[in-house]
Amino acid sequence: MNSIIMSLENVTFTYAPEDESVRPAVADLSFTIEEGEWIALVGHNGSGKSTIAKLMNGLLFPNSGKVTAMGKPMSEETLWDIRSQMGMVFQNPDNQFVGATVQDDVAFALENNGVPHEEMVVRVKESLRQVKMEDYMDQEPHHLSGGQKQRVAIAGALALRPRLLILDEATSMLDPQGRMEVIETIRELRKATGLTVISITHDLEEAALADRLIVMNQGHKQLEGSPEQVFRSGSELIKLGLDLPFAMRMTHLLRKEGVDIKGEHMTEDELVDELWTSYSKM
Amino acid sequence: MIEKMIFGRYIPGDSIVHRMDPRAKILFVFIFIAVVFVANNALTYGILLGFTLFVVFLSKIRLYFLVTGLKPVFILLIFTFLLHIFFTREGDVLLSIGFIEIYEEGLRQGIFLSVRFLVLVFITSILTLTTSPISITDGIETLLGPFKRVKLPVHELALMMSISLRFIPTLMDETGKIMKAQMARGSDISSGPVKERIKAVVPLLIPLFVSAFKRAEDLATAMEVRGYRGGEGRTRYRQLDWGFKDTFSMALLVGLTAVLWYYRT
Ligand SMILES: Nc1ncnc2c1ncn2[C@@H]1O[C@H](COP(=O)(O)OP(=O)(O)OP(=O)(O)O)[C@@H](O)[C@H]1O
Ligand SMILES: [Mg+2]
Repeated sequence: MNSIIMSLENVTFTYAPEDESVRPAVADLSFTIEEGEWIALVGHNGSGKSTIAKLMNGLLFPNSGKVTAMGKPMSEETLWDIRSQMGMVFQNPDNQFVGATVQDDVAFALENNGVPHEEMVVRVKESLRQVKMEDYMDQEPHHLSGGQKQRVAIAGALALRPRLLILDEATSMLDPQGRMEVIETIRELRKATGLTVISITHDLEEAALADRLIVMNQGHKQLEGSPEQVFRSGSELIKLGLDLPFAMRMTHLLRKEGVDIKGEHMTEDELVDELWTSYSKM
Repeated sequence: MIEKMIFGRYIPGDSIVHRMDPRAKILFVFIFIAVVFVANNALTYGILLGFTLFVVFLSKIRLYFLVTGLKPVFILLIFTFLLHIFFTREGDVLLSIGFIEIYEEGLRQGIFLSVRFLVLVFITSILTLTTSPISITDGIETLLGPFKRVKLPVHELALMMSISLRFIPTLMDETGKIMKAQMARGSDISSGPVKERIKAVVPLLIPLFVSAFKRAEDLATAMEVRGYRGGEGRTRYRQLDWGFKDTFSMALLVGLTAVLWYYRT
C-alpha cells in the first residue's frame, strides 16, 4: 500500500517566463503522496492550486523541478500512459460534460483509450453504479442537477479504473446537498477501492475529512500535516485568508467565553458530544 | 410558439421508424428527395402522398401534431399555391371573377407543387423527429467514413456537431440569464424602435461570447485530461446496427421509384 503515487520535487512554474516581475504561480514546491491517501490542497484564490493540478497530469510542464507520477517521470512520452491512470474532475459541472447523454459521457475516456465495445458497456455500468447514477444512463446533461452532473463526471473519471483521482474544486459550485452527495460518493469509493484522492477545496469542512492537508500561500507550501495539526495553528490560517472549520471556530469562541473545552474538534458532532457529556458531569 | 415548432426536434418513441438504423434513415431521405421529382401527373403525385402518409403512420407520430408543428411551413405552402394559381396563364379558364382569372394549368401546377413540398417536409421532419441528434451525427459520421481517404476530417466534424448540439440548451439557459441580468440593469430588448432593440442586443452577445470561449477552453482541458487525442485509435461506444428493416426500407424505396417511373407520363 505504501508505494508513492505522485511526487513533486522542487517544482517551479510561471505562466510568464519572460516577465521577471510576475511571481511564479508555483515556487519550489515539493511533496509526495502515497497510494491510498486522501490529500486536501487548500489555499486562497490564486495560490496556485489549479496550477499544481495541471502540473500533476501534464497539462503543464514545470520550468524547473521534477514531477513523477505512477512511478514514471512526467514527459511527452509517458504523458498519455500516466493520464490513463488518473482521473480529474473540475469545478464547472457544465463545462466538462462532453457526451450527449450520461452514458456517452462516461464512455468518452474509454473511447479515447481504445477500449473494446463489450468492455465499455460493462465499465460504463460499473462506474455509474459506483456513483449511484445508473438510473440516469440516457439522461441529457441539462436534465441533471449540478451534483448529479459532478457524480457523472466522477464516473467518467472512474471508468478507466484510475489509481488517482484529482478533484479541482469539484464541489464549489454546488449547493450544500449536491456537495454532500459528491463528498459521500468519494468517501464510499475510497472505502470500496482504496483510491488515492487529491481534493482541491475552499471548504474546510471537506478538507477536515482528508488524511493530510497541504496549505498553499502565494505559490509556496505554507503548512502540511494532518487536519488536527494544521488547524491547531488557527491564527496563522486566518492570516492566509483561510477560515477554520465551524466546530473549531466555535471551540475558540467558547474558550474565550470561559467554557472549558478539552479537545480540538473537527466536526460539529464531536464538539456537541464533548459539550453535552461535560455538561452532564457537572 | 417555439415550443410548438418541430423543426429539428426529437420525440423519443419505439416505433419501427424510431428503431431503424440512422444511416438507413438518412440515405432514405436523400434518395426520397430525388425520387420525388420523378412524379409528374395526378396518379404519381397521389402515390407519393399515399406513401408519405404510410411512413407517418409507421412512425406513430400523430398527423395532427405534425400539421400543427409545421404551421409556418403551411403558410409558405399556401402562399406559393396562390402564386401559381394567379400567375400561370395556360390551359382553359376555369373561373373568372372580375379581373381575376384562374386557369386549369395554374391549379394543376399549384396542387402538384404543394404536394411535392408537403411530402418533402413530412419525410425530413419524420427523420429528425424519430432520430436523436446524436444518432444522426453517428449516422453521418459512418456514412461519410469513406471520405476520410481524401482527408475530410469526418470524425472531427461529427464531434463538433455533437458538442454543439450538447451545448445548445446550456447556452440557451445562459442567454436567458444574461437577458434577465441586463434587464435588471434597465436594458430593454422587447420594445422600442428596431434600431434601439438591435443596439440592446450587443450587451447580450458579448457576455455570451466571453462565456462560450471560457466554456470551450474548459471543455478542451476536460477532454485532454480524459485522453482525447483525435480520432486515431479510438473505439466507439455507440454501435450502429443495420438490420432487416433497414434493408427492407431501401427495397421499399426502390419499389416506389419503379412504380412512379411506370405511371409517369
Ligand atoms: N492561464 C493563465 N495565464 C496566466 N496566469 C495564470 C493562468 N492561470 C493562472 N494564472 C495565475 O497563476 C496564479 C495561480 O493560479 P491558480 O489558478 O493556480 O490558483 P488557484 O489556487 O487555483 O486559485 P482559485 O482558488 O481561484 O482557483 C494566479 O496568480 C493566477 O493569476
Ligand atoms: Mg483553481
